[in-house]
Amino acid sequence: MPRRSDLSSVLVIGSGPIVIGQAAEFDYSGTQACRVLRDEGLRVILVNSNPATIMTDPEFADATYIEPITPDVVASIIAKERPDAILPTLGGQTALNTAIALDESGVLAQYEVEMIGVNTASIHLAEDREAFKEVVERCGAESARSSIVQSMEGALQAADELGYPIVVRPSFTMGGLGSGIAHDETDLRRIVGSGLHYSPTAEVLLEESILGWKEYELELVRDSADNVVAVCSIENIDPVGVHTGDSITVAPAVTLTDQEFQKLRDVGIAIIREVGVDTGGCNIQFALHPHTGRVVVIEMNPRVSRSSALASKATGYPIAKIAAKLAIGYTLDEITNDITGTTPAAFEPTMDYVAVKVPRFNFEKFPAAEPLLTTTMKSVGEAMALGRNFTEALQKGLRSIDTPEIAFDYSGPAPDADRTAELLEQIATPTPERLIQVQQAVRGGARLDQIVAATGIDPWFVDQLLLLQEVADEIAATPRLDADVLRRAKRHGFSDQQIGDIRGLSEATVRELRHAFGLHPVYKTVDTCAGEFPAIMPYYYSSYDTQTEVAPRKRPAVLILGSGPNRIGQGIEFDYSCVHAALALQDRYETVMVNCNPETVSTDYDTADRLYFEPLTLEDVLEVYRAESAAGEVAGVIVQLGGQTPLSLAADLEAAGLPIWGTSPSAIDAAEHRGQFGQVLLAAGLPAPAFGTAISLEQARQVADQIGYPVLVRPSYVLGGRGMEIVYDEEQLTDYLRRATGVSGSAAEHATLPAPVLVDRFLDQAIEVDVDAIYDGEELFLGGVMEHIEEAGIHSGDSSCVMPPITLSDSMVARIRESTEAIAREVGVRGLLNIQFALAADVLYVLEANPRASRTAPFVSKATGVALAKAAALVMSGMSIAQLRSDGVLPAQDAIATSPNAPIAVKEAVLPFKRFSTPKGNVVDTVLGPEMRSTGEVMGVDVDFPLAFAKSQAAAFGGLPMSGTVFVSVADRDKRSLVLPVSRLVELGFTILATAGTASVLNRNGIPCTVVRKASDGPGPDGQGTIVDLIRAGQVDMVINTPGSRRARADGHDIRTATTVADRAIVTTMQQFSAAVQGIEAQRRGPFAVRALQEYARPGGGLAAVETRPVQDAGPAVDEA
Amino acid sequence: MIRALETVQGSAYGPDEALLVLEDGTAARGRAYGAKGRAAGDMVFTTSMTGYQEVLTDPRHAGQIVMMTAPHVGNVGMIPEDSRSGRIWASGLIVRDPARRASHWRAETELDAELRAQDVVGIAEVDTRALTRHLRDHGVLRAGIFSGPHLPSVPGPQGIQPLLAQVRQSAAITGTALSEQVSTAAAYTLEPDGNPDQQGPTVAVLDLGMDTRTLRALTGRGLRAHVLPAAAGADQVLAGDPDGVFFTNGPGDPAEMDRAVEVARAVLAAKIPFLGLGLGHQILGRALGLETYALHAGHRGRNHPVQELDTGKVLITTHNHGFAVQAPTAEPIAEPAMSPYEGGRFGRVRVSHVSLTDQVVEGLECVDVPALSVQFHPGAGHEAGRPYDRFAAMISTDAATRVASEEN
Ligand SMILES: Nc1ncnc2c1ncn2[C@@H]1O[C@H](COP(=O)(O)OP(=O)(O)O)[C@@H](O)[C@H]1O
Ligand SMILES: Nc1ncnc2c1ncn2[C@@H]1O[C@H](COP(=O)(O)OP(=O)(O)O)[C@@H](O)[C@H]1O
Ligand SMILES: [Mg+2]
Ligand SMILES: [Mg+2]
Repeated sequence: MPRRSDLSSVLVIGSGPIVIGQAAEFDYSGTQACRVLRDEGLRVILVNSNPATIMTDPEFADATYIEPITPDVVASIIAKERPDAILPTLGGQTALNTAIALDESGVLAQYEVEMIGVNTASIHLAEDREAFKEVVERCGAESARSSIVQSMEGALQAADELGYPIVVRPSFTMGGLGSGIAHDETDLRRIVGSGLHYSPTAEVLLEESILGWKEYELELVRDSADNVVAVCSIENIDPVGVHTGDSITVAPAVTLTDQEFQKLRDVGIAIIREVGVDTGGCNIQFALHPHTGRVVVIEMNPRVSRSSALASKATGYPIAKIAAKLAIGYTLDEITNDITGTTPAAFEPTMDYVAVKVPRFNFEKFPAAEPLLTTTMKSVGEAMALGRNFTEALQKGLRSIDTPEIAFDYSGPAPDADRTAELLEQIATPTPERLIQVQQAVRGGARLDQIVAATGIDPWFVDQLLLLQEVADEIAATPRLDADVLRRAKRHGFSDQQIGDIRGLSEATVRELRHAFGLHPVYKTVDTCAGEFPAIMPYYYSSYDTQTEVAPRKRPAVLILGSGPNRIGQGIEFDYSCVHAALALQDRYETVMVNCNPETVSTDYDTADRLYFEPLTLEDVLEVYRAESAAGEVAGVIVQLGGQTPLSLAADLEAAGLPIWGTSPSAIDAAEHRGQFGQVLLAAGLPAPAFGTAISLEQARQVADQIGYPVLVRPSYVLGGRGMEIVYDEEQLTDYLRRATGVSGSAAEHATLPAPVLVDRFLDQAIEVDVDAIYDGEELFLGGVMEHIEEAGIHSGDSSCVMPPITLSDSMVARIRESTEAIAREVGVRGLLNIQFALAADVLYVLEANPRASRTAPFVSKATGVALAKAAALVMSGMSIAQLRSDGVLPAQDAIATSPNAPIAVKEAVLPFKRFSTPKGNVVDTVLGPEMRSTGEVMGVDVDFPLAFAKSQAAAFGGLPMSGTVFVSVADRDKRSLVLPVSRLVELGFTILATAGTASVLNRNGIPCTVVRKASDGPGPDGQGTIVDLIRAGQVDMVINTPGSRRARADGHDIRTATTVADRAIVTTMQQFSAAVQGIEAQRRGPFAVRALQEYARPGGGLAAVETRPVQDAGPAVDEA
Repeated sequence: MIRALETVQGSAYGPDEALLVLEDGTAARGRAYGAKGRAAGDMVFTTSMTGYQEVLTDPRHAGQIVMMTAPHVGNVGMIPEDSRSGRIWASGLIVRDPARRASHWRAETELDAELRAQDVVGIAEVDTRALTRHLRDHGVLRAGIFSGPHLPSVPGPQGIQPLLAQVRQSAAITGTALSEQVSTAAAYTLEPDGNPDQQGPTVAVLDLGMDTRTLRALTGRGLRAHVLPAAAGADQVLAGDPDGVFFTNGPGDPAEMDRAVEVARAVLAAKIPFLGLGLGHQILGRALGLETYALHAGHRGRNHPVQELDTGKVLITTHNHGFAVQAPTAEPIAEPAMSPYEGGRFGRVRVSHVSLTDQVVEGLECVDVPALSVQFHPGAGHEAGRPYDRFAAMISTDAATRVASEEN
């Protein structure tokens, strides 16, 4: 059936901020969908609150709403745009849940909007755990034995029948939120409690444990003619019990017999039909008993998912793109396979290589959390690697995740018998290091059966580790590293570095030797068909095999190095900039993307002209460069846009003779290196906070005394503020350094620290300002000045900020511009520059300068309508700002010189605290600090700050309360500024609860409030609950709690975590509090008005910056209804 | 390294090495796998990612050196019940990364051991993708695997020349009938599943070299299977008045199977319901007067989209065929056309299924006689089992009309 002619406009719902379990993969799928729908001539209306996405670039939709994805807001968009259809299957669980709400509330019917891709009934069948079990039964398959409960009593009763351990799984959540394994009644009470809370339907499923079974996934696609194809099978190396998002996985499945595979496929197809997914992709998970072959269906997701993004990248079969086409009426046989250009999409891809996905964790950001892998997903990103065999793919995958501890180490002495025995015990518990521990155990001589018994990992995989060990032994034992040994090592994925470590040689020496033998990888094509048909898509991966497939080319190439796996501090924002570079340069160059993140738009084969799915290490990048140089001229290599990962390769790549575009590696060093940067600032006449460096505790104390407390301490080389702390006194300093050295007692006094620590003067009560700019060597383009809402001291990635700045004077902005220009000039920037300033007592301090794409570049671009990253890529290619201005790429004036009716944009960070719990099973503390912990961000945009802020809160979490009860408990230093906002809340009708100290301040100021008991007071004589009890009971709608003295911290901790668990608004700084009060007032004036980016960009729409002439006196844009 | 023979260099051959030589002079050096010795045959590749055991034991691979495009082979060992026949039929095996150990609770032996036990010569650690691309571009080629005593004593081209000569002398499948070598030696009967005593309709099965799961599709539908050797003549097939006739799949070139074609014509003339599968489908084509031809590189794998032309539905099917039937008409392909044999003696025929990747005919259906055939394997229990259902239905309608006409 061809495309439906009755559809002319479609509303696509995105997935909102990047959170654990719902990440960049939905930008990839959503972007594909938008592209497809527009190519088909449909009017695309998009809603997504996440500005860091490619899909929210104005050119991907006809009307782009960066608005909160709440049923109310989406209903307003529907009322305004009147789309014919709504497509909710490409925006994760968020989109699906929003669509159900709109359907149930009658909005879809009222505006005659058809849900395409899926229907409410099938969503229910798939997502409602009990209904789904019946589906499975009707399909002649089995589910784990289980019982649905709606209450704690029910849970305890069911537990008696099922026996422990029991798996608890709430309905309608994603990424395993609120689920867990209960080994006893205490566990059960805790997990069921939170499960009942997180489930939108307040029900959880208790299930027979199938821990230790083999876990598989199947990606299926169905069209409206009921044709179904199985796109990919995925096997989890970690057995059932570790969430698939946290498992190391392999595609295709490698330990299934044909009969077993056929059974999974048949059951999968029967289920997709029975559930009634109309068109599009779905994901089904299976467990298979390793000794009986019994198959249990775990769950089904009736939408594209993280795994479908993985399957798409692993096979070259673009599930989301095809799902979008199917949703508007096409059938599989009518869609062409892009990769071959001749065969139809109605087939099942076959792979002649192996794909391995390795999750990336960030437990170090949450020191209080226990680094255990369970049924709740905790990884923040992933890397995929392709190889012609499992060992090659696995080792490439491990080096792709850019975590030095997570790599197979064969150097130095092997673990002794005691250590090996200890490792055998440790590997029974899944953690991020488990596979590394298994490898070390193998090194220490553990037997295959011992490892299989301890971990449940399939013997085939364990045997592959034995194989690696044999190769490592061979490398160690050979008298001479000859071509044969090297070839064998390479065939199994050993890096030059690993080989060098084993042989006591440098990586460079091994590389020289290898090159002398003429040993280089070849590049094979991901072609969906194992070579059966010619491929026309240059989607490559390396392998040490014999025949290369890289095609020669005529145009000069630009290599763009991506950012690797997402992690806290280096997320989707960097991918955004890389994609923009590819788009900006494709007219003049053959763009070549190098990246290893399967979730992203950059690794879509449609994005750049060529794609190399490769780890971002020196060795791998050098080989790609070599292969591309053989194919034609390579004009330049871009390392500035992918964040710290490619940036850290810059100097070595330059030394190897690669043409690095943009800011030179030595200039990058000048900005990153403390001493050199001090010189830069001196030359520019700009102040920085006083600082010193120390290599022992004693020295650190001296430095701190000189500078004066409070100080900010951190190890000398950090990313994303890792290991940073604000220290108020000597005692705290000693404590920090003891933790840093790991040495206790008096020995710590004189011990040398593992790395020097930097001690900075901490600027108290300073306003932090983030700046993004482009410099071409002569001229500066100021892209954006963002004023942080929180004071300096909260990582720029975690604090909310507003643009244009709302309290900075014009002269201050002018000063910021001058300072930025001076730094750009002194450092020698060519391209993007991001600077964080702190304004304290009218002195503008420079905190740091990053001569690279920043996390804020996409936000700034969305807020101003100027595509910064694109312009930066062009500047790096040698164009001047003046030229870009005359070409219309950049506006005549700085982007911040906006018209008076410019919209106000607020960026808010989204934090993952809920997913991390302490060994006691409590959620970790949620207070913000100089260490970045957010996973994503949202943008709220409107005519004024209060509205924009309120929108940002609604988008980031449930939103600010309209009315109800507010609990206030602040640190002493904040008590003075408390009065005004609290009295305003009282005027608005809120009830105020406070702890004794805060209450007495309020009472003395004539503000009525009720005193509540602190958690440390315990329950009252008449059984009155503490504040924590009240929060848990859902009786508090917002909590204001600023952390104060150490003594108060423990109380604060309980309050904040209880609030986080209860999903209520929590405010931990006074600035946030004022903003929140303003936001509450604003949202009480009526429902949010919605406006598309395209409307803002229109003449008079407020973003006059993109026009050559400032628009005066233009009234607000007219909404077309 | 796969390369033209002239450029093969290097050191003397080690005892565990093996050499693959193609008739066009391409050669690759790898490691010996399975038995050591010499294998010869048409080299074909299959893109199935699972099921190397099913592939190797499929009689349709008789006379072929099979290359698996999936890199890891042997992971689940060998499981006797899963075999497609009692032995390995492929004459040689080419893989990239053979398993070092089998990992499956049902596995009884390792693939490597089984290859050695059945004296099947293999080669491992060659660039299977490069070789696949080579076959894709050049079509099926004869090849030889040489290891152990058959390795040349001198390295380089002059050592390989004699091996190349051997490869060029070996028989190709095009032009060879193989069914009789593979088929059952004696006739036998299988009763319908679940009711051994009941007299279900009987189907005469001409075993052209089928795999064992084929009959399950009949007995599972309440049909009795009376299986005959490939050499059986029309009198034997029609003896006992069968309710239907089934020509199975099997190896070899259909153009060389005149006798089977004649048997098919006798069945069509008698208007007995006929089902052809694989080779049996090609025989039906020939019986109707259609030509068969060798495919460039063949269809081998489990991911082939086939469209059912009357419904438009796409079936994902398992293929293993190197020959195909020429379509009776040009566009539109689904239109019935007069079958060419003897000026339309068997009436009209239409193409019922086509491959979506290359439009090859994948099924035929006669309009005026009760006969149909499919090229692909409909599978058991899968959605693609419709041809068997149609056949069973044809048999019962036929029986009903017969009963009706007898009553009249
Ligand atoms: N009955 C069970 N026993 C043990 N582990 C289970 C069970 N059911 C699911 N799991 C594990 O929990 C993980 C998450 O469960 P799943 O149903 O897939 O939830 P989600 O919606 O978060 O993906 C699975 O990947 C699996 O490893
Ligand atoms: N001297 C200082 N005084 C106050 N706050 C600071 C100071 N230095 C850094 N910060 C805070 O710490 C955060 C992280 O520091 P920064 O140097 O930007 O590290 P990163 O490289 O992780 O971005 C900043 O965003 C700022 O809020
Ligand atoms: Mg899941
Ligand atoms: Mg910073």
